[in-house]
Amino acid sequence: MLSTFGRFRERAIHAALFLSAAVSVVTTAGIIWVLVYESALFFHGNWSLLVEFVTGTEWAPLYEPPHFGVLPLICGTFLIAGGALLVALPIGLASAVFLSEYAPSSVRSVLKPVLEILAGIPTVVYGYFALTFVTPYVLQPLFSNIEVFNAASAAIVVGIMIIPTISSLCDDALRAVPRNLREAAYALSATKLEVSTRIVLPAALSGVMAAVLLGLARAIGETMAVAIAAGMSPKMTLNPFVSVQTLTGYMVQVSQGDTPAGSIAYQTIFAVGLTLFAITLAVNLIAHRVLRGFREAYE
Amino acid sequence: MTVAPGLFVPRLRHRRRIGTIVATACAVLSLIGVMFLGVLLVRIGKEGWSWLTTAFLTNFPSVLSPELAGIKSALWGTIWLTLITVSVSVPIGVAAAVYLEEFARPGRVRWFIHINISNLAGVPSIVYGILGLAVFVRWMHLGRSVLAGGLTLSLLVLPVVIIASREALSAVPKSIRLAAYALGATRWQTVRSHVLPAALPGIMTGVILALSRAIGEASPLLILGALTYVAFVPQSPWDPFTAIPLQVYDWIDRPQPEFHHLAAAGIIVLLGILLPMNALAIGVRAWHQRKKAW
Repeated sequence: MLSTFGRFRERAIHAALFLSAAVSVVTTAGIIWVLVYESALFFHGNWSLLVEFVTGTEWAPLYEPPHFGVLPLICGTFLIAGGALLVALPIGLASAVFLSEYAPSSVRSVLKPVLEILAGIPTVVYGYFALTFVTPYVLQPLFSNIEVFNAASAAIVVGIMIIPTISSLCDDALRAVPRNLREAAYALSATKLEVSTRIVLPAALSGVMAAVLLGLARAIGETMAVAIAAGMSPKMTLNPFVSVQTLTGYMVQVSQGDTPAGSIAYQTIFAVGLTLFAITLAVNLIAHRVLRGFREAYE
Repeated sequence: MTVAPGLFVPRLRHRRRIGTIVATACAVLSLIGVMFLGVLLVRIGKEGWSWLTTAFLTNFPSVLSPELAGIKSALWGTIWLTLITVSVSVPIGVAAAVYLEEFARPGRVRWFIHINISNLAGVPSIVYGILGLAVFVRWMHLGRSVLAGGLTLSLLVLPVVIIASREALSAVPKSIRLAAYALGATRWQTVRSHVLPAALPGIMTGVILALSRAIGEASPLLILGALTYVAFVPQSPWDPFTAIPLQVYDWIDRPQPEFHHLAAAGIIVLLGILLPMNALAIGVRAWHQRKKAW
């Protein structure tokens, strides 16, 4: 039997562990509270401001007269995130198919860690590379009309950055497809390619979709590379060769200046942050829902 | 060979050829990431190597004379941030993982915390900066101090630590726990003396990866209002600070080419810290997988 002290100690430890787990819940609550509370101060009973924020097509909060339409920032964010997916999806999916279906385990044991290192490089490094290499040495020789700060270079490096996310999640999804499905197809004399593309990929489709969505969420929230390479000029455009600004890029720009609490600049950080948080949360929730459907499929 | 229409034609040679072409294409595409990494490292080495001197490590930044500029304050800022982040996020993160894996009964509370952590892992790092700005800098009046920065980074990497630790704990076989219970150990004694030591390599891998993420982060610190030009070493947790990624960003942001060389030299220092950490994490995991007894 435990002594009274022993029993007390077990209970105290249990409580301490529970409190540690609760820190994460408090963090979530804190994020939501801070974003909603400060944004409410910004919009404070001003319906026309809220309408302008959601529908306005000009973002110039620090000019006179100020404009508070967030759509140009959202447009820039999705231009770069969409471009990043165009880069990352084919490469990430091809890497995953190669790793799970073709590569011998020796190649696999080298290639996977190297891809993980790509994920471990700080995003400010990607930004430096986009600005000093991708734009002047890759893009400018190809497209003479490209600006120094442009969406394309940011999209390319963000795409490379999310390859590990997409390839490793796709790899998991492909490897989770049961062996007997593959063997049944081989028994019908399908080639390896046919097994991969017509049996394994469709069976893993929801996992692949979840990987794409999680990669997209990362690209949307990506900050430093985008702030460095894409410039600081918010505009409604789908032209990848000009300078744009993303939700995250705006927050960086404003934070570099002096932003006293309560000023317009200070409050816009929270309104833009709330917009970013809502978008990434929605994408993440959809991804997790898709993923849950896929996990149930073969159990 | 003539075949009646509608009958199956194997055309095996053609199909296999296409298969080989696609397989090659997949292999080549999967090498793009590796080639990118190679070009990036070579390019940064070329730009920054000659600027990486001992003076660069021991001098403070200088706006006027880039030849004399260094990253002393940023290096010390990063060390401060890392120490604070380790001492806050590791105990809380491992304790949370132990609670969820070993103590909590399956049910609504555990499910809610689990969902909550997986969503937190997807929150962009810049949003943690907003949280830190409102809570640590303003509400708790820590100002733009290295303590506020370290606490913000701790919250940022907490989900990473928890998820990695949970995976490591759940990989420990049940028989080890049952053996301890059979000898009369309490739940906590079992966890402390048997489960945690067995899960330690996996937890360490997660902690190293989490720290390397914290060391490379710039955006949450920028939102906090951390300064990019600091010409002193923080002496206490309440002092203002800068960090290597912030200093690098500041140099990239300047138009003169000399500062871009400085940025490259700063990146070499940053990668000189991070790449060995990543290698160590991958190494510990590989060693553990080969060595584990169960």
